[in-house]
Amino acid sequence: MKPELVDILVPNKKDRRHLISLLQQVQYKFGYIPKEAMLAIADFLEIPESTVYGIATFYNLFRFTPLGKHPVKVCMGTACHLAGGKLVLEAMARELDIQVGGITSDQEFSLDRVACVGCCALAPVVVVSDSVYPRMTPPKVEEVLVTVKPVSQEQPEKH
Amino acid sequence: MTFEEIQKQAKSNWDSQYHGKAPHILIGTATCGRAAGALPVVEAFSNELAKRNARAKVTEVGCIGLCSFEPLVTIIKPSSFTVCYNNATPQVVPTLVEGYVLGDDPCLDLALGTLDGGDGKAVYIPELSRFEHEYRLLLRNCGYIDPGNINHYIANGGYSSLAMALQMEPDTIVGEIKKSGLRGRGGAGFPTGRKWQQCREASGQTKYIICNADEGDPGAFMDRVVLESDPQQVIEGMVIAAYAVGSHDGFIYIRAEYPLAIERLQVALEQAKNLGLLGDNILGSGFSFDIEIVEGAGAFVSGESTALMYAIEGRRSMPRARPPHSVKAGLWGKPTVLNNVKTYAYVPLILARGADWFSGIGTEGSKGTAAFALAGKMVNTGLAEVAMGTTLHELIFDIGGGIRSGKKFKAVQIGGPSGGCLPESMLRTAVDFDSLRKAGAIMGSGGVIAMDEDNCMVDTAKFFLDFIQKESCGKCSTCRIGSKQMLDMLEDITVGKGKIEDIDWLVEVGQDISGGSLCGLGRTAPNPALTTIRYFRDEYEAHILEKRCPALVCKELIAYYILPEKCERACEHCVLSCPVKAITTNEKGIKVIDQSKCTKCGSCQLVCPPEYNAVIRLSPPSLVPVSGAKTQE
Ligand SMILES: Cc1cc2nc3c(=O)[nH]c(=O)nc-3n(C[C@H](O)[C@H](O)[C@H](O)COP(=O)(O)O)c2cc1C
Ligand code: SF4
Ligand code: SF4
Ligand code: FES
Repeated sequence: MKPELVDILVPNKKDRRHLISLLQQVQYKFGYIPKEAMLAIADFLEIPESTVYGIATFYNLFRFTPLGKHPVKVCMGTACHLAGGKLVLEAMARELDIQVGGITSDQEFSLDRVACVGCCALAPVVVVSDSVYPRMTPPKVEEVLVTVKPVSQEQPEKH
Repeated sequence: MTFEEIQKQAKSNWDSQYHGKAPHILIGTATCGRAAGALPVVEAFSNELAKRNARAKVTEVGCIGLCSFEPLVTIIKPSSFTVCYNNATPQVVPTLVEGYVLGDDPCLDLALGTLDGGDGKAVYIPELSRFEHEYRLLLRNCGYIDPGNINHYIANGGYSSLAMALQMEPDTIVGEIKKSGLRGRGGAGFPTGRKWQQCREASGQTKYIICNADEGDPGAFMDRVVLESDPQQVIEGMVIAAYAVGSHDGFIYIRAEYPLAIERLQVALEQAKNLGLLGDNILGSGFSFDIEIVEGAGAFVSGESTALMYAIEGRRSMPRARPPHSVKAGLWGKPTVLNNVKTYAYVPLILARGADWFSGIGTEGSKGTAAFALAGKMVNTGLAEVAMGTTLHELIFDIGGGIRSGKKFKAVQIGGPSGGCLPESMLRTAVDFDSLRKAGAIMGSGGVIAMDEDNCMVDTAKFFLDFIQKESCGKCSTCRIGSKQMLDMLEDITVGKGKIEDIDWLVEVGQDISGGSLCGLGRTAPNPALTTIRYFRDEYEAHILEKRCPALVCKELIAYYILPEKCERACEHCVLSCPVKAITTNEKGIKVIDQSKCTKCGSCQLVCPPEYNAVIRLSPPSLVPVSGAKTQE
């Protein structure tokens, strides 16, 4: 077992109650739920593996593939939808060249949709890592991605 | 410490900051403030004050609900009036420090207005017309006190209700809450006092108190603002509830998507504990009660009360049939009171000012105030709190400032996915539990989303059904399969494959889902579709019969087109913005969109300079001139 996994499990009581919280801790640590972690949790709580898998797949929070270094979440809540959030999501998918739920080949960005991050007054919004970008448009998508990860390999352009 | 000592200490802490000799700078750093760039402003103030060796204190506060003016900075000066600056940036910070922190120039050109008196030249914020329509109870401290400092809450009257409650008979407290007419603010409007009484009377030693902070309705954010701006009022309300029903263990179930609210709650709980207002032997009364935070894992249905209890137990949050009611057998089968964040927040106020005072506000059946999250196409997006019975018109036009950019109001969606879309003719509807239900919407979570002529009602209905269909827990076949059926039909209509019979089918399937589902999610799932059909049937017909989307939203039914006579020719904005290189320049220098390549991303329309405004949308797409290159002769 990975030592990080041991660190998560050991301080907890063997109480079924903590199943979701354990999964959350695993996800915070690794960015996703590795299969190994589900097996370890089942073993630790002495419950069937299928129960752990069932819970993990029931809740939207959990993902089973790694997150990018800069996770991108496009809000698809009501306010954001009405303000054109879908076009922003499509632009993001195009710009990163991945689908929702995917990750770029250099592991830098992953793309997910979320339902409302509570900033509806600034819709549509995109969250990259922990920063919220307000009033997004498709043309702004590229700007945001460049702010997050400057394209360093290229020669700086002279104006 | 006795409560008097706690109060005294709090008061002196508050006075030293808000009425001290040095200027005091408040900066709103709730999630919305942060999104608008508040943290760099905080940093800029710290740097500038250090650089200028200025003696002034910076405090991070919550949100006063004027989200469209964020970041908001308020400067309190001991000998002068308090000024509030809107849309602050790090760039204006040196000016403000030089001008008003160190000097005597209030920089009114950068200000939204003044907060206490003023010199007559600036806007006096409390007299802004929107505040005439507001009645702030829950939001009274938001954006003014430091949510990370319990002393501020106590100095403004906080926890005196708890101190008083602990001297009262629990039955008297329950009686007061009943008399106040308080109804739950989580959506359904169940009488809170009655819930507490049933739980109090339930047999058993172990009882639980749960605060529902799941706020899953996409478009609602009042609970978040309350928790980020003034969390102690919720905690105080929970402790009073616990004392009233005889519970020693409480839980706050909060969605993981609200990291800042969770952080501020954790701090708040710790501070309350340190002062003996929570935990063992509260204020020496012998009564003990503790609260644990449980983070949600992102399922809308978890907000339903029975489902939420399963989530806390570490199970799948699937609603169950009632009875037994949770007040008799809830969390782990024990009697449980579950209320919404705002419901608890009213409790200290009701005890402090009296049940009669509270029941004097609002309407016959709905007492007190209602907090709404104003979003969508309104000018003043943000929070508003009004007396129950205020009309939707007041909410949207007098407080919300009407629709942005001179567009025309089309509909208001109230109550989230369970709610309905109401047209202009229904704007005289009063916001209270019963009037809204009669109109086909519900109070629900309190999200109010204004839509304008650019929003398509079929697309809106599809959006909500898509949400519901993904969030259905799957227990009831009507909800699981019916919502998918409705979604498929709406999908067909938005891509131009709908049939006119589909409209009646939608209504029929909708009624089956409402009637045959167990929980509120399924029962209300068809509401957005049913109300849009009821009030905007013509839009459905245009999609089906003319393959036309009147609001120019549904992708399959629109086309982008560059008006040759308006295009400036020398500019290349659209060409550069097009991600699929669908725009080329014809022999006359005019830009032309290749319809077969266009993905309808809308970029070209956004970047075309407003002075030309050459890119338009047409529906149906057949309106695009055949050559696609019709030029000015
Ligand atoms: C699908 C669904 C989602 C719900 N989500 C929430 C929620 O996010 N917050 C909330 O307070 N109540 C929510 N409710 C209502 C709760 O079931 C419950 O009625 C309420 O929390 C009780 O508190 P109150 O009496 O203070 O209103 C939801 C109900 C349903 C059916
Ligand atoms: S109505 Fe829908 S969400 Fe509610 S219990 Fe039934 S299937 Fe689950
Ligand atoms: S952006 Fe507008 S004005 Fe500029 S070339 Fe395109 S259509 Fe013409
Ligand atoms: S809908 Fe996007 S932040 Fe609320």
